[in-house]
Amino acid sequence: MGFTRETDHGTPPAIATGRNITLTIDGESVTLPEGTSIMRAASLTGTAIPKLCASDNLESFGSCRLCLVEVEGRAGYPASCTTPIAEGMTVHTQTDRLKQLRRGVMELYISDHPLDCLTCAANGDCELQDQAGAVGLRDVRYGYDGATNMGQPKDQSNPYFDFDPSKCIVCSRCVRACDEVQGTYALTIEGMGFGSKIAASQNDAFLSSECVSCGACVQACPTASLIEKKVVETGTPDRAVVTTCAYCGVGCTFRAEMRGEELVRMVPWKDGKANRGHSCVKGRFAWGYAQHQDRILNPMIRASVTEPWREVSWDEAIAYTANEFRRIQAQYGRLSVGGITSSRCTNEETFLVQKMIRQGFGNNNVDTCARVCHSPTGYGLKTTFGTSAGTQDFDSVMHADVILVIGANPTDAHPVFGSRMKKRLRQGAKLIVIDPRQIDLVKSPHVEAEHHLPLRPGTNVALLTAMAHVVVTEKLYDEAFIRERCDWDEFQDWADFVSEAARSPEAIEPLTGVRPADVRAAARLYATGGNAAIYYGLGVTEHSQGSSTVMAIANLAMATGNIGREGVGVNPLRGQNNVQGACDMGSFPHEFSGYRHVSDDGARAMFESAWGVKLDHEPGLRIPNMLDAATDGTFKGLFIQGEDILQSDPNTRHVAAGLAAMECVVVQDLFLNETANYAHVFLPGSTFLEKDGTFTNAERRIQRVRKVMAPLNGHADWEIVQLVANALGLGWDYAHPSEIMDEIAALTPTFTGVHYDRLDAEGSLQWPANDAAPDGTPTMHIDGFVRGKGKFVVTDYVPTDEKTGPRFPLLLTTGRILSHYNVGAQTRRTANTAWHPEDRLEIHPNDAENRGVKEGDWVSLRSRAGETTLRALITERVAPGVVYTTFHHPDTQANVITTDYSDWATNCPEYKVTAVQVGLSNGPSDWQEDYADHARQSRRILPVEAAE
Amino acid sequence: MTIAHDEDGVMSTGDRLIYMANQIARNMASEGRERAEVMVADHIRSFWDPAMRARIGQLAAERPGALLPIAAAAIARIAQP
Repeated sequence: MGFTRETDHGTPPAIATGRNITLTIDGESVTLPEGTSIMRAASLTGTAIPKLCASDNLESFGSCRLCLVEVEGRAGYPASCTTPIAEGMTVHTQTDRLKQLRRGVMELYISDHPLDCLTCAANGDCELQDQAGAVGLRDVRYGYDGATNMGQPKDQSNPYFDFDPSKCIVCSRCVRACDEVQGTYALTIEGMGFGSKIAASQNDAFLSSECVSCGACVQACPTASLIEKKVVETGTPDRAVVTTCAYCGVGCTFRAEMRGEELVRMVPWKDGKANRGHSCVKGRFAWGYAQHQDRILNPMIRASVTEPWREVSWDEAIAYTANEFRRIQAQYGRLSVGGITSSRCTNEETFLVQKMIRQGFGNNNVDTCARVCHSPTGYGLKTTFGTSAGTQDFDSVMHADVILVIGANPTDAHPVFGSRMKKRLRQGAKLIVIDPRQIDLVKSPHVEAEHHLPLRPGTNVALLTAMAHVVVTEKLYDEAFIRERCDWDEFQDWADFVSEAARSPEAIEPLTGVRPADVRAAARLYATGGNAAIYYGLGVTEHSQGSSTVMAIANLAMATGNIGREGVGVNPLRGQNNVQGACDMGSFPHEFSGYRHVSDDGARAMFESAWGVKLDHEPGLRIPNMLDAATDGTFKGLFIQGEDILQSDPNTRHVAAGLAAMECVVVQDLFLNETANYAHVFLPGSTFLEKDGTFTNAERRIQRVRKVMAPLNGHADWEIVQLVANALGLGWDYAHPSEIMDEIAALTPTFTGVHYDRLDAEGSLQWPANDAAPDGTPTMHIDGFVRGKGKFVVTDYVPTDEKTGPRFPLLLTTGRILSHYNVGAQTRRTANTAWHPEDRLEIHPNDAENRGVKEGDWVSLRSRAGETTLRALITERVAPGVVYTTFHHPDTQANVITTDYSDWATNCPEYKVTAVQVGLSNGPSDWQEDYADHARQSRRILPVEAAE
Repeated sequence: MTIAHDEDGVMSTGDRLIYMANQIARNMASEGRERAEVMVADHIRSFWDPAMRARIGQLAAERPGALLPIAAAAIARIAQP
């Protein structure tokens, strides 16, 4: 793709009424939907009316007065952006009078604008410049001697973009983008008339303001007033490639705008069906890690983890890897090795890793990082609905009347979807938040939850069952839906169970700490408020009853008939960019791709036929079981692609002990991560910019990842796996990831219609995409559940065994922050550290005062599993008795604290509930200092000897 | 019922397997004794690898009081041919 700007029709599409309007524009008859603006109508028929304040991702504003038109029979010159088309209307977009008016308007703009176009960073990419040309401005009669707004100091505080007020034309596009698209309301117009200027928060610097650096304002700016620093440094791009973000599970698509092989900027793609042209600070700006000096570009090996690394050729590293796995299997048995697939890598790469393990290692010892996040989603939704995935597309939220958010913090962890949700809330949808913390959604500009149920961590099941109690006992359930779509007998069993007095909101108040009246009101709203949709995250799954909570959610949705159409559903907000895909691709030890159990003879025969080997019919080991087997001496070799289990998995000491007990740990990654401290082979990985493939987001949307530059390490990740597989003797010959997808399609019933040519043509497909659903499936379970009848599951509340007490009186819960992603391996290597340089411990003022802790003090955080230190952040966002921290920084190692407790069905760790004590500290603990020293020792690399 | 961590904060595999089996049993107990035994057995067959299943079988024999009745019965079912 060369460089062309995306077409901007000036105003958004009309809200569908089903009626069409016929009018005449410049002599041509046009028929378009009622509600369309004249500007958009003209643009759709090929006439670009001059404009500055209009953009089709913003509501029309009518401020710049450049888009005036003449309408026969109407007085004056209406703005085409704010004037809707009307039946029989005759519009003229270019007349002598209009030309004169537009030149006059443009002349005024230019009279207060620096004429430094040749040296301006936006030269050639400036709408003001374009429009001056479009209206034929040739002269500015006013001169430049009078008062102007030029020469004002720039605000360069933001690490990613500059604000130059001298080049601002006060069109308000940035303010409106912040309000309408992002929903943060950080920007405003300060002053009046000639003195009007853009201000962030209370005239603060951008960095210290409420701005969340989503980039919507920069994208909206028609001049160089708000412009990416990278464009200032590099120049404008000369080509663009559409690809998919490698951060969270929203799966935003971007135009990677390039100059040669240099990435100039990532601009959210307007046609992207997941993000609809919006972005967050991570996807938009935080991609500098791809060229960071810490990247390891050469393969390395070492016989022992106490030795320094030795750089070797790819041939030597691959041969060493294959020989070690074969040696270990010969010595300790077929089941003594396994691997972990990556939710950050592509579907194709993930598929290959699990294939290598099943076909090459001859066992099912494969697992993935979904083990520690959404494995309960897979279990819970498969059990109740028949499919291990969410039921809706993201657009569905715009049809919701009631939105229930439980255990999720979309504005931080899934910010682009969070903005969509806030847009719907501003339109009037009601919000219920169930969360121990006062997340931003509870109360932020123009958004306020109808009900916030601040439950005690670990009591999700009790609370959801109490809501079900209200639904059933007050007969708010949808009997017709249940009788038609679900197993009625199972419903009755479940209804009897939830109806018991012991499960009423009043009875469970001592457990949850939530007022019964609030529970009852929230349940009534959810059941009777119209289309009701549930969105949930890791605050649901990462508990000892994570799977039960998912099933309790599914029960509520089925009981109220909120499944099977737009605006409703059960929507897991998946964490990593391809965690849905990694699960789909057969990364779990008990399932092939498409969620078919390894004991399924038919499915196994299909793979055996394609791969030419006999496959194991027994489930393999999950990650924690692999670590146990390692400490027991029966598991000796692990291949890890793109996953840092030492930092991300619970009880760091358990992980370290397991890794240390193995004889060959292979890490394939961009950086020497924490896990690599225990590795014997390091295979340098490639970034999402350096390879082709697909990611599948939280709405089951499969989207292309496109290579925009050559891999710095020499190979895409799928090529590296193929090299290892062939060294194991598997004889693979994939020439391109499209061939891997063809194999996936041939072996996976829900993917049979997924091929690269279709993805390129459609932009994306949501699985199932097959003969039964050739165009994919935006909404699932429309005519019936995948499993047949929806299954109500009795979800008894079983309290976690992680108890508070005198030694550990507080409950720790963990989570993410907007500017960082997961273990921070990528975002810590970008300027995002400006917002979050370290993990902090959020603690309520009462708990802080009781311990003599002041803001910023170093505090020790101790649990039954371990101890670390970090600095305190005193806030009422957390309730008394609850503390919170993030896990983005390895120096903190929050998972030293978390325990071995996990979900009963899937072993997903109970990250969200750890009993702790907090006390003042002098600084980093002995353990932290020892670990830092160990990490330094482990990362030594022998200098390469000069050739003779 | 809690997990016993040793001084390194890491519990033994045997303790973990017993804990896991009991945890599954407690979460399925509301289904009624007989049905829960079947469900626990099915769950362990579906998700535990053969070595883990064999080990829990040994542990059931070695430490008969460690397992809840539903878990013990489920493991006995698994051992049946």
